[in-house]
Amino acid sequence: MLRRFRLEEPESVAEVSELLGRFGDSAKVYAGGTELLLAMKEGLIQYERLINIKKLKGLGEVAGDNGTIKIGALCTHRQLETSSLLQEKLPSLVKLEQNVANVRVRQAGSLGGNLCFAEPHADPGTLLMALGATMIAEKTSGKREIAAEDFFVDAYETSLQADELLTEIRVPSPGADRRSAYLKFGYLERPSVGVAVALTLNGTTVNDVKIAVGCAGPAPKRVAEAEVLLAGKSKDEAVRLLPQAGAIAGRASEAISDLHGAQDYKEHIVGVLLKRAFNSIVS
Amino acid sequence: MSKAMTRPADGQTIPVSFKLNGRLQEVDVEPNELLLDVVRDRLGLTGAKRSCDVQVCGACTLLVDGRPVSACTTLAFEVRGRSVMTIEGLAEDGKLHPLQEAFIEHGGFQCGFCTPGMLLASKALLDENPNPTEEELKHFMHGNLCRCTGYKKIIESIMAAAKKMRGSA
Repeated sequence: MLRRFRLEEPESVAEVSELLGRFGDSAKVYAGGTELLLAMKEGLIQYERLINIKKLKGLGEVAGDNGTIKIGALCTHRQLETSSLLQEKLPSLVKLEQNVANVRVRQAGSLGGNLCFAEPHADPGTLLMALGATMIAEKTSGKREIAAEDFFVDAYETSLQADELLTEIRVPSPGADRRSAYLKFGYLERPSVGVAVALTLNGTTVNDVKIAVGCAGPAPKRVAEAEVLLAGKSKDEAVRLLPQAGAIAGRASEAISDLHGAQDYKEHIVGVLLKRAFNSIVS
Repeated sequence: MSKAMTRPADGQTIPVSFKLNGRLQEVDVEPNELLLDVVRDRLGLTGAKRSCDVQVCGACTLLVDGRPVSACTTLAFEVRGRSVMTIEGLAEDGKLHPLQEAFIEHGGFQCGFCTPGMLLASKALLDENPNPTEEELKHFMHGNLCRCTGYKKIIESIMAAAKKMRGSA
């Protein structure tokens, strides 16, 4: 049962920002609704107003531009899994998107909504961190760029200000030697653990390693300590160090014991997935 | 064209004009009305079922502009200007769709509760990919749950329909 709310349908970012500023916590941005409506139907949250942003122009495209891939916040998971630009430039993101929930959720749900809802068991935030993505937040008085690792604050909490709207996700276009992978594991509807790795392979040397973990704890995290351990090493040396890097990443995941697994179990799985993800891109 | 009953004016109403199984349909909805409730309770098409209510099971699957959606979690106003197909619209002029024929021929259902969703989801699959591998079929259909058949006969039914549809195309 969905309680009554009023629908606002602004056509510009400025109008959205103004509505958010005016109505504060009693209003919420609505795009695909795949997560928001579930929580509202359960009665966990309720709003007097939903602000449908799907009438905004220009937020539903994927475009490449000067070494940056720009993904409009309204792009659905379906659009991303079928985007020829992403298939060419970011196959790891395409693979992730192909495996988000099911075909109906991918049809309706948007990447922007997924990130802003900040459900702990969501996939995209973790990989976007490893890909070095930034989020563009806009409001009436201007726009700013937020690094992916600064975007997620806690479960269901982002660093967006009350009157800001996420409009775009920017990912640096990877060079030819840049590789990345995202692996997840779970036995319920949503993953228990997700691990993303990106690196550059120069000959046999592993450089510019980025590692992120998600789903296990309240929010996705970059794991700088594990990145430093592996960066600059030869492929073989890095592989030998993977158990140590996995243990660091497991701790960094801030795993909690819940229905998706016990803390020590999730920490272990982080290590397993890190090893598999790393091997899949260096071999 | 038919006009469904108008809701009382104590809340915001949104006029929704859309195609339902090929025919123009106009209905005034409140923002919080769900597509599944409008289709089942106000328009009388009860093929789509409410089951999990969280977009996991696929029993409420409808096609909107040919793509599967969970009607249990779709706001009704979202179909403004769009084309909606329910299971009641799959057979044409009294002739069953090849998928429906194949489900009968190959025993692709038992209790029938999941069947409307199975048929519409598999129609969407075959419309975009007329020759799926079994793996592609399983990946596309994994969000439609069946508690009777064990899936084997559903997969056989869809594969048989795909073959038949390719043959007649």
